[in-house]
Amino acid sequence: MGEDVRPGTAEAAGRDDRARRRRTALTGNEAVALAMRQVEPDVVAAYPITPQTDIVQFFASFVADGRVKTEFVTVESEHSAMSAVVGASAAGARAMTATSANGLALMWEVLYIASGSRLPIVMPVVNRALSAPINIHCDHSDAMGARDSGWVQLWSEDAQEAYDNVIQAVRIAEDPRVLLPVMVCYDGFIISHALLNLEVLTDDEVKEFVGTYRPDRSLLDPDRPVTVGPLDLYDFYFEHKRQQAEAMAAAREVIPEVAAAYAALTGRSYGMMEAYRLADAEAAVVVLGSAAGTARFVVDRLRREGRKAGLLKLRVFRPFPASEMAEALGGLRAVAVMDRCDGFSAAGGPVFNEVRSALYGLDGVRPDAAGRPQGRAPNGPPLVVNVVYGLGGRDVDPEDIEAVFDLLFRRIEGEEPRGEDGAGVLSRSLRPSPNTEVHYLGVRE
Amino acid sequence: MTVREGAGWKEIPRGGLILEPGNAVAYETGDWRTFRPVWHEDRCIQCLLCWVYCPDAAIEVKDGKVTGVDYRYCKGCGICATECPDKAHALEMIREEEAGADG
Repeated sequence: MGEDVRPGTAEAAGRDDRARRRRTALTGNEAVALAMRQVEPDVVAAYPITPQTDIVQFFASFVADGRVKTEFVTVESEHSAMSAVVGASAAGARAMTATSANGLALMWEVLYIASGSRLPIVMPVVNRALSAPINIHCDHSDAMGARDSGWVQLWSEDAQEAYDNVIQAVRIAEDPRVLLPVMVCYDGFIISHALLNLEVLTDDEVKEFVGTYRPDRSLLDPDRPVTVGPLDLYDFYFEHKRQQAEAMAAAREVIPEVAAAYAALTGRSYGMMEAYRLADAEAAVVVLGSAAGTARFVVDRLRREGRKAGLLKLRVFRPFPASEMAEALGGLRAVAVMDRCDGFSAAGGPVFNEVRSALYGLDGVRPDAAGRPQGRAPNGPPLVVNVVYGLGGRDVDPEDIEAVFDLLFRRIEGEEPRGEDGAGVLSRSLRPSPNTEVHYLGVRE
Repeated sequence: MTVREGAGWKEIPRGGLILEPGNAVAYETGDWRTFRPVWHEDRCIQCLLCWVYCPDAAIEVKDGKVTGVDYRYCKGCGICATECPDKAHALEMIREEEAGADG
């Protein structure tokens, strides 16, 4: 573990002196374990799984060395890990765990119990492909599968953002308007095991930012007894799900508020998404995770060549920022949505389907009284294609992303989709319907 | 806080929390029942084993003697009839539809 900032030192003393704040080289998992140490939750219950393992290992050493007062529960499975943090959270504790891939899959049942019981648990998810066949490397099929489990999902481009997201996640989860669990997703190995020179807060700054958790209800409060997780049939279950939908909608307000407070502290600003060189772009890719950095590099390269390329990096997938998405993409001509997961719908990946849905019905072609096109999509909504990439850790290079932009510019120029769109790396596409193209980037025919 | 029957989603505690202690009495679980125990006072030897074993406190006892079964809460599990000594056989399980309109 890299050197980190200790409270009470000269470095930690001046909280407004950003120059004194420590820059340090950490892997993604080290950065996240550091954030967890600085948050110092009351309870951590976790089970190791590649590539999350060293989070648990580092955190266990913090406990063993007396650097945190956290109750650390070693469990026999991820189902137990999630169950233990559900119990701890219901008892009024600030509780965290962490997992990847098959571990997340084993938690499935309890994920819904955490969200349905409105427990503000925070969980780093180090994204890894699901078995079978067994693969330990990055893709997003684990967290994408859990997209409807009622958890807020923050996605991270690098170790800095993963660190920043963990700290913000605590405040988002515990906001009384939200009270939902939060997953902090970041790419296995690419982020979790790669070193990045990043800026970390002092322990005191983190503790002050997350504050003291004061739950309004706790199982351990004998003066105000409460029952958690009772039977709830056709008479009230639906009302409780409606509350959950409202809480997730409220998270759309809370996440930017927390981001603004975090930006005031750190100077690092995060929204629901990042629109990069989109204002005058004709073609853009939508990316979440580490590939956003690669895409940004490619956008800059294309811009130098005079091509109007842009990037939309999605940071928050749950709640889904549909209106911001429509605002950011509505004026473009063509968009490629990158999915590091094949949802096996045979009609495109999960991010693609939600992004394209957000763009449906944009008021574009109906002229106003003066005969001018109006609305956010004056030329009609953009063409949206799907690109599935990077499954099981398949690398994605700048040249791969450039091939995606080439496809978009060819479509803008009027080229019709054919069965095979080959700039080499884009394989034969699925055409589930006349207006849907699902391309596979970097797979061999 | 008592949850009113038919209350809307804005009025009820979040996530199914029950804030009122000791409210199980308000939930009449007897309507799940498929079989019901029928108590025959003439055969009962007042050993109180049924009262001891009933998981739902549905055996009614007054002045130390069994007086009947509280069908508002009896789920019809049949434990009372199983535990009732064979020689007494004072509790008999019958199908709900055989109980007739008096149930």
